[in-house]
Amino acid sequence: MFPFSAIVAQDGMKQALMIAAVDRSIGGVLLFGDRGTGKSTAIRALASLLPKMRAVTGCPFNADPDLDHCSCDRCSDPKRKSRLVQVPVVDLPLGVTEDRVVGALDIERALVQGEKSFDPGLLARANRGFLYIDEVNLLEDHIVDLLLDVAASGENLVEREGLSVRHPARFVLVGSGNPEEGELRPQLIDRFGLTVEVKTSTDVKSRVEVIKRRDVYERDPKTFGKKWSRADGTLRRRIVKARERLDAVVLGDEILLKSAEICMALGTDGSRGELTLMRAARAHAALDGAESVSFEHLRKVAPMALSHRMRRNPLDDSSASARVERVLEQEL
Amino acid sequence: MISALPQQDGLLTALLVAVNPDGLGGAVLRALSGPDRDAWLAELRQLLPAEAPFVKVPINVGFDRLLGGLDFAATVAGGKPVFSTGLLEAANGGVLCLAMAERITDSTAAIVTQALDTGGIRIERDGLAGKRETSFGVVALDEGLEPEEALSAGLGDRLAFHVSSDALAEMRDIDVGFTRDDVSRAQDRLMSIALPDAVLGVLVQTALAFGIDSVRAELLAAEAARTAAALLGKTRVDEEDAALGARLVFSSRATRLPAEQPPEEAPPERPENERSDSDPDNDPDSEPQLSGEMPDELVVDAVRAAIPEGLLEMLADGSANRQTASGGRSPMKTKSRRRGRPIGVKASTDLGSSRLNLLATLKAAAPWQTLRGRERAAASTPADAPRLELRREDLHVSRYQDNVETSTIFVVDASGSQAAQRLAEVKGAIELLLNDCYVRRDQVALIAFRGDAAETLLPPTRALARVKRSLASLPGGGATPLANGLDAARELASSVVRQGRVPVVVLLTDGRANVARDGAQGADAATVDALAAARLLRAEGLKALLVDTSRRPRPRARELAAAMGAHYVPLPFADAASISATVQRNVA
Repeated sequence: MFPFSAIVAQDGMKQALMIAAVDRSIGGVLLFGDRGTGKSTAIRALASLLPKMRAVTGCPFNADPDLDHCSCDRCSDPKRKSRLVQVPVVDLPLGVTEDRVVGALDIERALVQGEKSFDPGLLARANRGFLYIDEVNLLEDHIVDLLLDVAASGENLVEREGLSVRHPARFVLVGSGNPEEGELRPQLIDRFGLTVEVKTSTDVKSRVEVIKRRDVYERDPKTFGKKWSRADGTLRRRIVKARERLDAVVLGDEILLKSAEICMALGTDGSRGELTLMRAARAHAALDGAESVSFEHLRKVAPMALSHRMRRNPLDDSSASARVERVLEQEL
Repeated sequence: MISALPQQDGLLTALLVAVNPDGLGGAVLRALSGPDRDAWLAELRQLLPAEAPFVKVPINVGFDRLLGGLDFAATVAGGKPVFSTGLLEAANGGVLCLAMAERITDSTAAIVTQALDTGGIRIERDGLAGKRETSFGVVALDEGLEPEEALSAGLGDRLAFHVSSDALAEMRDIDVGFTRDDVSRAQDRLMSIALPDAVLGVLVQTALAFGIDSVRAELLAAEAARTAAALLGKTRVDEEDAALGARLVFSSRATRLPAEQPPEEAPPERPENERSDSDPDNDPDSEPQLSGEMPDELVVDAVRAAIPEGLLEMLADGSANRQTASGGRSPMKTKSRRRGRPIGVKASTDLGSSRLNLLATLKAAAPWQTLRGRERAAASTPADAPRLELRREDLHVSRYQDNVETSTIFVVDASGSQAAQRLAEVKGAIELLLNDCYVRRDQVALIAFRGDAAETLLPPTRALARVKRSLASLPGGGATPLANGLDAARELASSVVRQGRVPVVVLLTDGRANVARDGAQGADAATVDALAAARLLRAEGLKALLVDTSRRPRPRARELAAAMGAHYVPLPFADAASISATVQRNVA
């Protein structure tokens, strides 16, 4: 795995992913933009940055031993044990079939033993973690439908082949794609808390650095990983600290007022924009180690929190982030 | 040790891909099928190590074959699920050859792309979950004739070489001068070849000078340079290798020529804030370890000399489409060409012409096997009965939904008979229609005719803002070459049909033709030609709509509509809603 901290520049992208890691309630991150900018690399690398979590041993849904009421065999066992596990970052690959997403009858047990049993799918595995969709705009519609419903309810309900299973599926959606390769359904875009438009750098030095690191990594991934493990560790500690501090970060009235004004000026749909903006600004402040949210924090996160929530005008092709910038210029 | 690489780019690319298929991603052969293309493929296969697989992927490949899936026969025979290996896994260590690459779906292209990027595939299908390592090079056989018929941009971006039919023809009857043994020796050396920073800097600066956005191009050029160095037995990549890599990789991706302007003056769409976004240690002031402001001349010249002539012209007058040049396919073509997608399965005892869904059928049958086995035993059926017993009620079929995409072709009469005010009204009507096209995710194309010719202002695109812009800047005045306009519409419509979309022609005119096909002035000949052109449109079975823009509806336009088999709508009554409804009816 290419280390997160070895990714050159692309600060907006890295910041958005870290914010999403600090406060899961913001909802996920959608990265879109130029080819070859390391979108997938960054998301795949996120996994190793996430602090471990406690889960019931053997539970297919990674249930939290203290908080979740999971009804699986392992969780129902009074002598159940728990352990620290990696936070799952589950890939939803293209070409995935419905049965693997939601889970289905375990075909092997049915065939060999003649038993009905549930084989959990990707949504089960992604519970309490991240669900990553690369090339999100190429995902088939019927799979998108499944995701939309589960992402909103946090619960996966399987009624098929005579099985009736209900299990928690609270995951953060992370997606990457290229808008030139097909439009995203507005409902799907709405499930993402933050979006970042990733652009290629035109700076010679950073481009050289990108290639050099890629090259070194590909020749010897292990040594490369070791070299960057300290930097990754620093980021991980920042995330842990920010999580601890999150609730204590002060959100002043003037910040709330300003975020409402910004959202109004942009005409964002619904109150989700405001909520996301506030939460993202708070997580950003927490990552910075600040005690309260400042205008500067608001300014930094506003484009990623709002640019996908404005009503789209098909005849105006100035980019959404440019429109956000314009409003920020006036408001801040 | 061999001292020189082949001169011909055709041979050279085959040789380099043979040495380093997965590092280079592979090649796009943009040529029709024929002896030249076969010769390239034969050259590659003859140079590839004997044990390296060469897997051909047919155009209609399903995800199950690509990724692997349930093997029904073996599953039934064995009484437990058996999975077959997919083509991507089978290509491990060798080459994956995509037939008719310009027509593969975006999803197929994306799956191949992901495999290239991650060196493996993730399978989550039919009850199988797993990760398989596989690395291979791709040879995409792109038979597209028009610029917009091309390999998916994302995949094209990852394949180092874009080989033209000219380059293929050039290598006829020439010996590559390298053997399979040379190739494997080069492979052994490949990892130990150094890539000096200065050489990398040159490559990056050259790419920027030619307006190439994707960092991947530089990576691939560096890899090509390294591969060349390995073949020549060098220990480090030098300037000559860099020039070779840059020439082969950049020439097809250039979006502009290195002007006298410094590379800092990048395309205008780049936001100013980018610099502030990047690392503090990337401050441009602290840069100068690299070899100076301008890219290395030798390398730039090598690239410049290799840019195909057509592209060169476009670059010179600045009309090259950024996206087309950088990735192979323009943005308006990138939406998948879906012919119908599965929307689920349903139980059905009657198969008819539907496709049996094996998995659903098996799953329906599976839980009952033990039970049925007992029944069978009770009925004392012979012992050689199948281990898996399928019954009629288990059958499931896949449901597909046809998803036809429409391209609306607006053909606008911009002649003088359309007084300025009428033209403005026409523009307004089209603009209203554009909103509607947006809702339906239609593509839109724009043709205008005036003076002595028709011009395709925009090929089919989904970028409606561009349509609006080009409409706004459309001048009016001049004679009415109606027949030319209709001919242009017919040509564009047939290219749309070839891409599997449904064209709808919306003609906005008052029907008063006065320029014939041969350019002669005069209403009579012009009308005859226009009617003939209209009948041709009808003969092609194209769906059409004529909006009569004259102040008072005239029989002339109505006759024209009849000749082209179009619905006739006079503008005074043609508000956007009614036109849109008519378009919709035509599509349905």
